[in-house]
Amino acid sequence: MSGEQNSCEQSSGGQNIEVLDLAQMPLREANARLQGDAKPAGAFFKVINPRGAHALACGLDSEIEVEVEGHTGYYCAGMNKLARVVIKGNAGQGVAENMMSGEVRVTGDVSQSAGATAHGGLLIVEGNAAARCGISLKGGDIVVKGNVGHMSMFMAQAGTLVVLGDAGDALGDSLYEAQIYVRGSAENLGADCVEKEMRDEHREKLRALLDKAGCADVDVSEFKRYGSARALYHFKPDNVDAY
Amino acid sequence: MCGIVGLYLKTSSLKDRLGEMFTPMLIEMTDRGPDSAGVAVYHAPASEGQVKITAFHPDPAFDWTALATAVSSDLGVTIEHHPNDTHHVLISGGEAGALEDAIEAYDPLLQVMSAGTTIEIYKETGLPEEVADKFGLKSMKGSHAVGHTRMATESAVTTAGSHPFSTGLDLCLVHNGSLSNHNRLREHLATHRGIEFKTENDTEVAAAYVSDKMNAGRSLHEALEDSIKDLDGFYTFVVGTRDGFAVLRDPIACKPAVLAETDDYVAFASEYRALVDLPGIETAKVWEPEPAVVYSWGGQA
Repeated sequence: MSGEQNSCEQSSGGQNIEVLDLAQMPLREANARLQGDAKPAGAFFKVINPRGAHALACGLDSEIEVEVEGHTGYYCAGMNKLARVVIKGNAGQGVAENMMSGEVRVTGDVSQSAGATAHGGLLIVEGNAAARCGISLKGGDIVVKGNVGHMSMFMAQAGTLVVLGDAGDALGDSLYEAQIYVRGSAENLGADCVEKEMRDEHREKLRALLDKAGCADVDVSEFKRYGSARALYHFKPDNVDAY
Repeated sequence: MCGIVGLYLKTSSLKDRLGEMFTPMLIEMTDRGPDSAGVAVYHAPASEGQVKITAFHPDPAFDWTALATAVSSDLGVTIEHHPNDTHHVLISGGEAGALEDAIEAYDPLLQVMSAGTTIEIYKETGLPEEVADKFGLKSMKGSHAVGHTRMATESAVTTAGSHPFSTGLDLCLVHNGSLSNHNRLREHLATHRGIEFKTENDTEVAAAYVSDKMNAGRSLHEALEDSIKDLDGFYTFVVGTRDGFAVLRDPIACKPAVLAETDDYVAFASEYRALVDLPGIETAKVWEPEPAVVYSWGGQA
Protein backbone atom coordinates (compact mmCIF):
# COMPACT_ATOMS: atom_id res chain seq x y z
CA MET A 1 0.00 0.00 0.00
CA SER A 2 2.20 2.79 -1.23
CA GLY A 3 -0.64 5.18 -0.41
CA GLU A 4 0.09 4.76 3.26
CA GLN A 5 3.70 5.75 2.69
CA ASN A 6 2.53 8.98 1.16
CA SER A 7 0.03 9.85 3.82
CA CYS A 8 0.95 11.09 7.23
CA GLU A 9 -0.78 11.33 10.53
CA GLN A 10 -1.42 14.57 12.30
CA SER A 11 -2.99 15.08 15.64
CA SER A 12 -5.34 17.97 16.13
CA GLY A 13 -7.49 18.60 19.16
CA GLY A 14 -7.16 15.00 20.26
CA GLN A 15 -8.43 13.73 16.90
CA ASN A 16 -6.25 11.76 14.53
CA ILE A 17 -6.11 13.27 11.08
CA GLU A 18 -4.73 11.37 8.12
CA VAL A 19 -3.44 13.70 5.42
CA LEU A 20 -3.65 12.63 1.79
CA ASP A 21 -1.48 14.90 -0.35
CA LEU A 22 -2.49 14.74 -4.00
CA ALA A 23 0.76 16.44 -4.98
CA GLN A 24 2.54 13.31 -3.69
CA MET A 25 -0.02 10.59 -4.20
CA PRO A 26 -1.96 9.39 -7.26
CA LEU A 27 -5.69 10.17 -7.14
CA ARG A 28 -6.62 6.47 -7.31
CA GLU A 29 -4.57 5.70 -4.24
CA ALA A 30 -6.19 8.52 -2.32
CA ASN A 31 -9.67 7.38 -3.36
CA ALA A 32 -8.84 3.76 -2.51
CA ARG A 33 -7.73 4.84 0.96
CA LEU A 34 -10.95 6.80 1.50
CA GLN A 35 -13.12 4.00 0.16
CA GLY A 36 -11.33 1.06 1.75
CA ASP A 37 -12.44 -0.95 4.76
CA ALA A 38 -11.00 -1.03 8.25
CA LYS A 39 -11.52 2.55 9.23
CA PRO A 40 -13.04 3.47 12.56
CA ALA A 41 -16.30 5.42 12.39
CA GLY A 42 -15.54 9.14 12.53
CA ALA A 43 -12.03 8.75 11.07
CA PHE A 44 -10.87 12.11 9.77
CA PHE A 45 -9.03 12.63 6.49
CA LYS A 46 -7.65 15.81 5.06
CA VAL A 47 -7.01 15.95 1.30
CA ILE A 48 -4.54 18.63 0.30
CA ASN A 49 -3.47 19.90 -3.15
CA PRO A 50 -6.58 18.67 -5.00
CA ARG A 51 -5.57 20.91 -7.94
CA GLY A 52 -8.95 20.57 -9.62
CA ALA A 53 -8.75 16.76 -9.81
CA HIS A 54 -11.82 14.97 -11.14
CA ALA A 55 -13.73 12.23 -9.27
CA LEU A 56 -12.09 12.93 -5.93
CA ALA A 57 -13.58 11.28 -2.82
CA CYS A 58 -16.12 9.39 -4.93
CA GLY A 59 -17.93 6.27 -3.83
CA LEU A 60 -17.26 6.71 -0.12
CA ASP A 61 -19.26 4.22 1.90
CA SER A 62 -18.52 4.62 5.58
CA GLU A 63 -19.00 7.18 8.33
CA ILE A 64 -15.78 9.06 7.85
CA GLU A 65 -15.07 12.77 7.63
CA VAL A 66 -13.12 14.17 4.71
CA GLU A 67 -11.96 17.73 4.37
CA VAL A 68 -10.66 18.83 0.96
CA GLU A 69 -8.46 21.92 1.05
CA GLY A 70 -8.92 23.65 -2.30
CA HIS A 71 -10.89 23.62 -5.54
CA THR A 72 -11.99 20.30 -7.01
CA GLY A 73 -12.85 19.13 -10.54
CA TYR A 74 -15.83 17.11 -11.74
CA TYR A 75 -17.95 14.70 -9.66
CA CYS A 76 -16.32 15.32 -6.30
CA ALA A 77 -17.99 13.21 -3.57
CA GLY A 78 -20.14 11.52 -6.20
CA MET A 79 -22.17 8.50 -5.05
CA ASN A 80 -21.44 9.43 -1.44
CA LYS A 81 -22.85 7.13 1.24
CA LEU A 82 -22.62 7.88 4.97
CA ALA A 83 -19.49 10.03 4.75
CA ARG A 84 -19.31 13.73 5.57
CA VAL A 85 -17.24 15.62 3.00
CA VAL A 86 -16.31 19.30 3.26
CA ILE A 87 -14.78 21.01 0.22
CA LYS A 88 -13.01 24.21 1.21
CA GLY A 89 -13.15 25.90 -2.16
CA ASN A 90 -15.18 25.61 -5.36
CA ALA A 91 -16.36 22.34 -6.86
CA GLY A 92 -16.66 21.53 -10.56
CA GLN A 93 -19.52 19.84 -12.37
CA GLY A 94 -21.65 17.20 -10.71
CA VAL A 95 -20.54 17.60 -7.09
CA ALA A 96 -22.27 14.95 -4.90
CA GLU A 97 -24.01 13.53 -7.96
CA ASN A 98 -26.00 10.43 -7.14
CA MET A 99 -25.36 10.82 -3.40
CA MET A 100 -27.13 8.15 -1.36
CA SER A 101 -26.69 9.51 2.17
CA GLY A 102 -24.27 11.53 4.29
CA GLU A 103 -23.42 15.19 3.83
CA VAL A 104 -21.38 17.22 1.38
CA ARG A 105 -20.62 20.85 2.15
CA VAL A 106 -18.91 23.22 -0.29
CA THR A 107 -17.65 26.52 1.09
CA GLY A 108 -17.38 28.19 -2.34
CA ASP A 109 -19.37 27.99 -5.57
CA VAL A 110 -20.33 24.87 -7.48
CA SER A 111 -20.53 24.31 -11.20
CA GLN A 112 -23.35 22.70 -13.15
CA SER A 113 -25.51 19.74 -12.16
CA ALA A 114 -24.69 19.87 -8.46
CA GLY A 115 -26.39 17.05 -6.58
CA ALA A 116 -27.75 15.54 -9.82
CA THR A 117 -29.87 12.41 -9.26
CA ALA A 118 -29.05 12.32 -5.53
CA HIS A 119 -31.19 9.73 -3.75
CA GLY A 120 -30.48 10.90 -0.21
CA GLY A 121 -28.12 12.90 1.96
CA LEU A 122 -27.65 16.64 2.19
CA LEU A 123 -25.63 18.89 -0.11
CA ILE A 124 -24.88 22.36 1.26
CA VAL A 125 -23.44 25.03 -1.02
CA GLU A 126 -22.28 28.16 0.78
CA GLY A 127 -21.83 30.11 -2.47
CA ASN A 128 -23.72 29.95 -5.75
CA ALA A 129 -24.66 26.94 -7.86
CA ALA A 130 -24.56 27.12 -11.66
CA ALA A 131 -27.09 25.67 -14.11
CA ARG A 132 -29.12 22.50 -13.59
CA CYS A 133 -28.63 22.26 -9.83
CA GLY A 134 -30.51 19.19 -8.55
CA ILE A 135 -31.34 17.91 -12.04
CA SER A 136 -33.32 14.66 -11.79
CA LEU A 137 -33.11 14.72 -8.00
CA LYS A 138 -34.42 11.46 -6.55
CA GLY A 139 -34.75 12.13 -2.84
CA GLY A 140 -31.71 14.05 -1.62
CA ASP A 141 -31.80 17.52 -0.09
CA ILE A 142 -29.85 20.52 -1.37
CA VAL A 143 -29.41 23.86 0.39
CA VAL A 144 -27.78 26.64 -1.64
CA LYS A 145 -26.99 29.82 0.29
CA GLY A 146 -26.45 31.88 -2.86
CA ASN A 147 -28.23 31.67 -6.22
CA VAL A 148 -28.91 28.75 -8.53
CA GLY A 149 -28.60 28.84 -12.34
CA HIS A 150 -31.05 28.02 -15.09
CA MET A 151 -33.02 24.77 -15.32
CA SER A 152 -32.40 23.88 -11.72
CA MET A 153 -34.40 20.84 -10.52
CA PHE A 154 -35.18 19.87 -14.13
CA MET A 155 -37.29 16.68 -13.95
CA ALA A 156 -36.58 16.29 -10.23
CA GLN A 157 -38.61 13.41 -8.85
CA ALA A 158 -38.25 13.60 -5.08
CA GLY A 159 -36.23 15.54 -2.52
CA THR A 160 -35.88 19.21 -1.74
CA LEU A 161 -33.98 22.21 -3.04
CA VAL A 162 -33.71 25.27 -0.78
CA VAL A 163 -32.32 28.46 -2.32
CA LEU A 164 -31.53 31.41 -0.08
CA GLY A 165 -30.80 33.66 -3.05
CA ASP A 166 -32.45 33.77 -6.47
CA ALA A 167 -33.22 31.04 -9.01
CA GLY A 168 -32.44 31.33 -12.74
CA ASP A 169 -34.53 30.68 -15.81
CA ALA A 170 -36.98 27.73 -16.02
CA LEU A 171 -36.90 26.64 -12.39
CA GLY A 172 -38.35 23.18 -11.82
CA ASP A 173 -39.14 22.43 -15.46
CA SER A 174 -41.06 19.14 -15.85
CA LEU A 175 -40.96 18.62 -12.10
CA TYR A 176 -42.35 15.48 -10.46
CA GLU A 177 -42.85 15.29 -6.68
CA ALA A 178 -39.77 17.22 -5.54
CA GLN A 179 -40.14 20.42 -3.50
CA ILE A 180 -38.47 23.76 -4.07
CA TYR A 181 -38.18 26.65 -1.61
CA VAL A 182 -36.75 29.97 -2.81
CA ARG A 183 -36.17 33.00 -0.59
CA GLY A 184 -35.29 35.43 -3.39
CA SER A 185 -36.94 35.63 -6.76
CA ALA A 186 -37.32 32.99 -9.44
CA GLU A 187 -36.54 34.43 -12.89
CA ASN A 188 -39.32 32.26 -14.27
CA LEU A 189 -40.81 28.84 -13.69
CA GLY A 190 -40.36 25.93 -16.08
CA ALA A 191 -43.18 23.91 -17.64
CA ASP A 192 -45.60 22.52 -15.05
CA CYS A 193 -43.83 24.18 -12.09
CA VAL A 194 -46.09 26.40 -10.00
CA GLU A 195 -45.97 28.36 -6.78
CA LYS A 196 -47.76 26.53 -3.98
CA GLU A 197 -49.16 27.40 -0.61
CA MET A 198 -46.77 27.26 2.38
CA ARG A 199 -48.49 25.26 5.09
CA ASP A 200 -47.24 24.44 8.58
CA GLU A 201 -45.88 21.07 7.51
CA HIS A 202 -43.76 22.81 4.86
CA ARG A 203 -42.53 25.43 7.30
CA GLU A 204 -41.51 22.67 9.71
CA LYS A 205 -39.70 20.73 7.05
CA LEU A 206 -37.91 23.84 5.79
CA ARG A 207 -36.98 24.86 9.34
CA ALA A 208 -35.41 21.46 10.00
CA LEU A 209 -33.45 21.55 6.75
CA LEU A 210 -32.19 25.09 7.33
CA ASP A 211 -31.09 24.20 10.85
CA LYS A 212 -29.27 21.15 9.57
CA ALA A 213 -27.51 23.31 6.96
CA GLY A 214 -26.38 25.81 9.59
CA CYS A 215 -28.90 28.52 8.71
CA ALA A 216 -30.63 28.77 12.07
CA ASP A 217 -30.99 32.55 11.72
CA VAL A 218 -32.89 32.37 8.43
CA ASP A 219 -36.64 33.02 8.70
CA VAL A 220 -38.82 30.44 6.93
CA SER A 221 -41.57 33.00 6.36
CA GLU A 222 -39.38 34.66 3.73
CA PHE A 223 -39.59 31.65 1.40
CA LYS A 224 -41.96 30.72 -1.38
CA ARG A 225 -42.70 27.10 -2.18
CA TYR A 226 -42.79 25.67 -5.69
CA GLY A 227 -43.89 22.27 -6.88
CA SER A 228 -45.44 20.36 -9.74
CA ALA A 229 -48.88 21.28 -11.09
CA ARG A 230 -49.08 17.57 -12.00
CA ALA A 231 -50.53 18.39 -15.40
CA LEU A 232 -47.59 17.08 -17.38
CA TYR A 233 -46.64 13.70 -16.06
CA HIS A 234 -49.84 12.14 -14.75
CA PHE A 235 -51.57 9.59 -16.89
CA LYS A 236 -54.93 11.10 -17.80
CA PRO A 237 -57.88 8.71 -18.15
CA ASP A 238 -59.39 11.24 -20.60
CA ASN A 239 -56.64 10.33 -23.04
CA VAL A 240 -57.00 6.60 -22.75
CA ASP A 241 -58.25 6.30 -26.34
CA ALA A 242 -54.97 7.68 -27.59
CA TYR A 243 -53.00 4.69 -26.31
CA MET B 1 -14.94 17.60 -26.56
CA CYS B 2 -12.17 20.17 -26.88
CA GLY B 3 -10.08 22.13 -24.44
CA ILE B 4 -9.68 25.88 -24.57
CA VAL B 5 -7.47 28.18 -22.58
CA GLY B 6 -6.71 31.88 -22.59
CA LEU B 7 -4.45 34.19 -20.63
CA TYR B 8 -4.65 37.97 -20.69
CA LEU B 9 -2.05 39.89 -18.73
CA LYS B 10 -3.16 43.05 -17.00
CA THR B 11 0.34 43.92 -15.80
CA SER B 12 3.08 44.40 -18.38
CA SER B 13 5.71 43.14 -15.92
CA LEU B 14 4.53 39.58 -16.60
CA LYS B 15 4.92 39.86 -20.39
CA ASP B 16 8.22 37.98 -20.44
CA ARG B 17 6.54 35.07 -18.67
CA LEU B 18 3.46 34.70 -20.90
CA GLY B 19 4.63 31.47 -22.59
CA GLU B 20 5.89 29.98 -19.35
CA MET B 21 2.52 30.62 -17.64
CA PHE B 22 0.42 29.62 -20.65
CA THR B 23 2.10 26.39 -21.81
CA PRO B 24 1.12 24.23 -18.79
CA MET B 25 -2.48 25.44 -19.22
CA LEU B 26 -2.54 24.16 -22.80
CA ILE B 27 -0.85 20.85 -21.99
CA GLU B 28 -3.20 20.17 -19.06
CA MET B 29 -6.09 20.18 -21.54
CA THR B 30 -4.64 17.27 -23.56
CA ASP B 31 -7.31 14.88 -22.23
CA ARG B 32 -9.96 17.10 -23.78
CA GLY B 33 -8.26 17.34 -27.17
CA PRO B 34 -5.35 15.15 -28.21
CA ASP B 35 -5.78 15.50 -32.02
CA SER B 36 -4.19 18.86 -32.58
CA ALA B 37 -3.39 22.08 -30.81
CA GLY B 38 -2.95 25.70 -31.66
CA VAL B 39 -2.17 29.01 -30.07
CA ALA B 40 -2.51 32.67 -30.90
CA VAL B 41 0.09 34.81 -29.18
CA TYR B 42 -0.09 38.59 -29.17
CA HIS B 43 3.32 40.19 -28.93
CA ALA B 44 5.91 42.49 -30.49
CA PRO B 45 3.59 44.77 -32.50
CA ALA B 46 4.93 45.55 -35.97
CA SER B 47 6.04 49.15 -36.35
CA GLU B 48 3.81 51.82 -37.87
CA GLY B 49 2.84 50.98 -41.45
CA GLN B 50 4.04 47.38 -41.18
CA VAL B 51 1.92 44.25 -41.10
CA LYS B 52 2.72 40.90 -39.53
CA ILE B 53 1.63 37.67 -41.17
CA THR B 54 2.03 34.12 -39.90
CA ALA B 55 2.12 31.57 -42.72
CA PHE B 56 2.42 27.80 -42.75
CA HIS B 57 3.91 25.39 -45.26
CA PRO B 58 3.88 21.64 -44.55
CA ASP B 59 7.24 21.01 -46.23
CA PRO B 60 10.14 21.66 -43.82
CA ALA B 61 12.40 22.23 -46.85
CA PHE B 62 10.19 24.95 -48.31
CA ASP B 63 12.26 27.92 -49.48
CA TRP B 64 10.85 30.86 -47.52
CA THR B 65 13.56 33.24 -48.75
CA ALA B 66 12.48 32.63 -52.33
CA LEU B 67 8.87 33.34 -51.31
CA ALA B 68 9.87 36.59 -49.59
CA THR B 69 11.89 37.68 -52.59
CA ALA B 70 9.11 36.90 -55.06
CA VAL B 71 6.36 38.61 -53.05
CA SER B 72 8.63 41.60 -52.31
CA SER B 73 9.29 42.22 -55.99
CA ASP B 74 5.62 41.61 -56.96
CA LEU B 75 4.28 44.10 -54.46
CA GLY B 76 7.25 46.45 -54.23
CA VAL B 77 7.66 45.96 -50.49
CA THR B 78 10.45 44.75 -48.18
CA ILE B 79 9.72 41.55 -46.28
CA GLU B 80 11.58 40.22 -43.25
CA HIS B 81 10.80 36.68 -42.30
CA HIS B 82 11.44 34.80 -39.08
CA PRO B 83 11.27 31.01 -39.08
CA ASN B 84 9.53 28.95 -36.43
CA ASP B 85 9.47 25.33 -37.62
CA THR B 86 6.75 24.90 -40.27
CA HIS B 87 5.49 28.44 -39.64
CA HIS B 88 7.15 31.71 -40.56
CA VAL B 89 6.35 35.20 -39.38
CA LEU B 90 6.62 37.71 -42.22
CA ILE B 91 6.84 41.41 -41.51
CA SER B 92 6.26 43.73 -44.40
CA GLY B 93 5.03 47.10 -45.53
CA GLY B 94 1.94 47.20 -47.71
CA GLU B 95 -1.62 46.10 -47.21
CA ALA B 96 -2.47 42.87 -45.38
CA GLY B 97 -5.04 41.60 -47.91
CA ALA B 98 -2.70 41.97 -50.89
CA LEU B 99 0.12 40.26 -49.01
CA GLU B 100 -2.09 37.35 -47.97
CA ASP B 101 -3.25 36.87 -51.56
CA ALA B 102 0.28 37.06 -52.94
CA ILE B 103 1.59 34.56 -50.38
CA GLU B 104 -1.19 32.05 -50.98
CA ALA B 105 -0.91 32.46 -54.76
CA TYR B 106 2.82 31.68 -54.65
CA ASP B 107 2.33 28.03 -53.63
CA PRO B 108 -0.95 26.15 -53.20
CA LEU B 109 0.30 24.54 -49.98
CA LEU B 110 1.00 27.87 -48.29
CA GLN B 111 -1.60 28.93 -45.77
CA VAL B 112 -1.87 32.25 -44.03
CA MET B 113 -2.65 31.54 -40.38
CA SER B 114 -3.07 35.11 -39.21
CA ALA B 115 -2.55 38.69 -40.28
CA GLY B 116 -2.45 41.94 -38.35
CA THR B 117 0.11 43.90 -36.43
CA THR B 118 0.45 41.85 -33.26
CA ILE B 119 -1.06 38.37 -33.61
CA GLU B 120 0.89 35.21 -34.42
CA ILE B 121 -0.89 31.87 -34.80
CA TYR B 122 0.82 28.49 -34.59
CA LYS B 123 -1.13 25.29 -35.00
CA GLU B 124 -0.43 21.68 -35.85
CA THR B 125 -1.81 18.18 -35.53
CA GLY B 126 -0.42 16.12 -32.69
CA LEU B 127 -0.43 16.14 -28.92
CA PRO B 128 -0.50 19.62 -27.34
CA GLU B 129 2.86 19.04 -25.64
CA GLU B 130 4.51 18.16 -28.97
CA VAL B 131 2.96 21.20 -30.62
CA ALA B 132 4.07 23.49 -27.77
CA ASP B 133 7.63 22.11 -27.93
CA LYS B 134 7.80 22.36 -31.71
CA PHE B 135 7.10 26.09 -31.66
CA GLY B 136 8.93 26.91 -28.42
CA LEU B 137 5.74 28.18 -26.83
CA LYS B 138 7.22 28.18 -23.33
CA SER B 139 9.70 30.95 -24.13
CA MET B 140 7.25 33.17 -26.00
CA LYS B 141 6.55 36.61 -24.63
CA GLY B 142 3.51 38.77 -25.11
CA SER B 143 0.44 40.43 -23.66
CA HIS B 144 -2.12 37.67 -24.18
CA ALA B 145 -2.55 34.21 -25.64
CA VAL B 146 -5.44 31.98 -26.64
CA GLY B 147 -5.09 28.24 -27.15
CA HIS B 148 -7.04 25.17 -28.14
CA THR B 149 -6.67 21.41 -27.87
CA ARG B 150 -8.90 19.68 -30.36
CA MET B 151 -10.98 16.53 -30.43
CA ALA B 152 -12.41 16.85 -33.93
CA THR B 153 -16.16 16.63 -34.58
CA GLU B 154 -17.19 18.83 -37.49
CA SER B 155 -14.21 18.56 -39.85
CA ALA B 156 -11.01 16.61 -40.47
CA VAL B 157 -7.92 16.49 -38.28
CA THR B 158 -5.64 18.78 -40.29
CA THR B 159 -3.51 21.80 -39.54
CA ALA B 160 -6.03 24.05 -41.27
CA GLY B 161 -8.89 22.52 -39.30
CA SER B 162 -7.12 23.21 -36.01
CA HIS B 163 -7.95 26.23 -33.93
CA PRO B 164 -7.49 29.17 -33.39
CA PHE B 165 -9.29 30.54 -36.41
CA SER B 166 -8.51 33.99 -37.63
CA THR B 167 -10.69 35.74 -40.17
CA GLY B 168 -9.85 39.35 -39.49
CA LEU B 169 -6.80 41.42 -38.65
CA ASP B 170 -5.46 40.51 -35.21
CA LEU B 171 -8.62 38.60 -34.38
CA CYS B 172 -8.72 34.98 -33.31
CA LEU B 173 -11.39 32.73 -31.93
CA VAL B 174 -11.31 29.31 -30.28
CA HIS B 175 -14.37 27.20 -29.72
CA ASN B 176 -15.49 24.25 -27.64
CA GLY B 177 -18.75 22.92 -28.97
CA SER B 178 -20.47 22.64 -32.31
CA LEU B 179 -22.63 25.08 -34.22
CA SER B 180 -25.80 23.91 -35.89
CA ASN B 181 -26.46 26.81 -38.28
CA HIS B 182 -22.95 27.23 -39.66
CA ASN B 183 -23.75 26.16 -43.22
CA ARG B 184 -26.48 28.74 -43.70
CA LEU B 185 -24.46 31.43 -41.97
CA ARG B 186 -21.34 30.62 -44.03
CA GLU B 187 -23.39 31.00 -47.21
CA HIS B 188 -24.80 34.32 -46.00
CA LEU B 189 -21.38 35.70 -45.02
CA ALA B 190 -19.81 34.52 -48.29
CA THR B 191 -22.61 35.78 -50.54
CA HIS B 192 -23.60 39.01 -48.86
CA ARG B 193 -20.53 40.01 -46.90
CA GLY B 194 -17.80 38.94 -49.32
CA ILE B 195 -15.99 36.73 -46.81
CA GLU B 196 -13.71 33.99 -48.15
CA PHE B 197 -13.72 30.76 -46.18
CA LYS B 198 -10.74 28.46 -46.07
CA THR B 199 -12.27 25.41 -44.40
CA GLU B 200 -15.58 23.61 -43.83
CA ASN B 201 -15.14 24.17 -40.10
CA ASP B 202 -18.02 25.59 -38.05
CA THR B 203 -15.66 27.62 -35.87
CA GLU B 204 -14.31 29.51 -38.86
CA VAL B 205 -17.88 30.72 -39.43
CA ALA B 206 -18.11 32.02 -35.86
CA ALA B 207 -14.76 33.82 -36.26
CA ALA B 208 -15.93 35.30 -39.58
CA TYR B 209 -19.19 36.43 -38.02
CA VAL B 210 -17.37 38.27 -35.23
CA SER B 211 -14.82 39.89 -37.55
CA ASP B 212 -17.58 40.95 -39.95
CA LYS B 213 -19.47 42.64 -37.11
CA MET B 214 -16.29 44.35 -35.92
CA ASN B 215 -15.47 45.53 -39.44
CA ALA B 216 -18.94 47.06 -39.47
CA GLY B 217 -18.03 49.09 -36.39
CA ARG B 218 -19.18 46.93 -33.50
CA SER B 219 -16.82 46.52 -30.54
CA LEU B 220 -15.62 43.04 -29.58
CA HIS B 221 -18.10 43.07 -26.70
CA GLU B 222 -20.99 44.13 -28.95
CA ALA B 223 -20.08 41.67 -31.71
CA LEU B 224 -20.26 38.82 -29.22
CA GLU B 225 -23.58 40.08 -27.89
CA ASP B 226 -24.88 40.00 -31.47
CA SER B 227 -23.67 36.43 -31.87
CA ILE B 228 -25.92 35.20 -29.04
CA LYS B 229 -28.85 35.97 -31.33
CA ASP B 230 -27.38 34.72 -34.62
CA LEU B 231 -25.30 31.67 -33.73
CA ASP B 232 -27.14 28.48 -32.90
CA GLY B 233 -25.54 25.52 -31.19
CA PHE B 234 -23.22 24.71 -28.34
CA TYR B 235 -20.30 26.94 -27.74
CA THR B 236 -17.84 28.37 -25.34
CA PHE B 237 -15.76 30.95 -27.21
CA VAL B 238 -12.57 32.71 -26.27
CA VAL B 239 -11.72 35.60 -28.55
CA GLY B 240 -8.55 37.66 -28.80
CA THR B 241 -8.04 40.98 -30.55
CA ARG B 242 -4.96 43.22 -30.76
CA ASP B 243 -5.54 44.48 -27.23
CA GLY B 244 -8.70 42.72 -26.12
CA PHE B 245 -9.82 39.39 -24.69
CA ALA B 246 -13.36 38.05 -24.35
CA VAL B 247 -15.32 34.97 -23.29
CA LEU B 248 -18.85 33.89 -24.21
CA ARG B 249 -20.93 30.76 -23.50
CA ASP B 250 -24.15 29.80 -25.23
CA PRO B 251 -27.43 30.30 -23.33
CA ILE B 252 -27.71 26.61 -22.41
CA ALA B 253 -24.07 26.50 -21.25
CA CYS B 254 -23.41 22.88 -22.11
CA LYS B 255 -19.68 23.35 -22.43
CA PRO B 256 -17.59 23.93 -19.34
CA ALA B 257 -15.77 27.16 -18.54
CA VAL B 258 -13.83 28.62 -15.64
CA LEU B 259 -12.50 32.16 -15.30
CA ALA B 260 -9.91 33.37 -12.82
CA GLU B 261 -8.89 36.96 -12.23
CA THR B 262 -6.20 38.62 -10.15
CA ASP B 263 -4.72 42.12 -10.26
CA ASP B 264 -2.18 40.73 -12.73
CA TYR B 265 -4.14 38.58 -15.16
CA VAL B 266 -7.38 37.08 -16.41
CA ALA B 267 -7.21 33.37 -17.17
CA PHE B 268 -9.76 31.15 -18.84
CA ALA B 269 -9.86 27.35 -19.09
CA SER B 270 -12.32 24.60 -19.86
CA GLU B 271 -11.45 23.07 -16.51
CA TYR B 272 -10.00 24.51 -13.33
CA ARG B 273 -7.09 22.05 -13.30
CA ALA B 274 -5.54 23.96 -16.23
CA LEU B 275 -5.19 27.02 -14.00
CA VAL B 276 -3.57 25.46 -10.94
CA ASP B 277 0.02 26.45 -11.72
CA LEU B 278 -0.70 30.15 -12.28
CA PRO B 279 0.92 32.45 -9.72
CA GLY B 280 -1.51 33.57 -7.03
CA ILE B 281 -4.31 31.24 -8.20
CA GLU B 282 -5.03 30.25 -4.58
CA THR B 283 -6.31 33.73 -3.85
CA ALA B 284 -7.64 34.61 -7.34
CA LYS B 285 -11.32 35.27 -7.92
CA VAL B 286 -12.41 32.01 -9.59
CA TRP B 287 -15.87 31.70 -11.10
CA GLU B 288 -17.95 30.02 -13.75
CA PRO B 289 -18.98 32.51 -16.45
CA GLU B 290 -22.76 32.89 -16.72
CA PRO B 291 -24.48 31.60 -19.84
CA ALA B 292 -25.14 34.17 -22.60
CA VAL B 293 -23.13 36.86 -20.83
CA VAL B 294 -20.18 38.48 -22.61
CA TYR B 295 -17.07 38.96 -20.48
CA SER B 296 -14.43 41.22 -22.00
CA TRP B 297 -11.20 42.91 -21.02
CA GLY B 298 -9.16 45.53 -22.83
CA GLY B 299 -9.84 46.58 -26.41
CA GLN B 300 -12.54 49.14 -27.08
CA ALA B 301 -15.03 46.79 -25.49
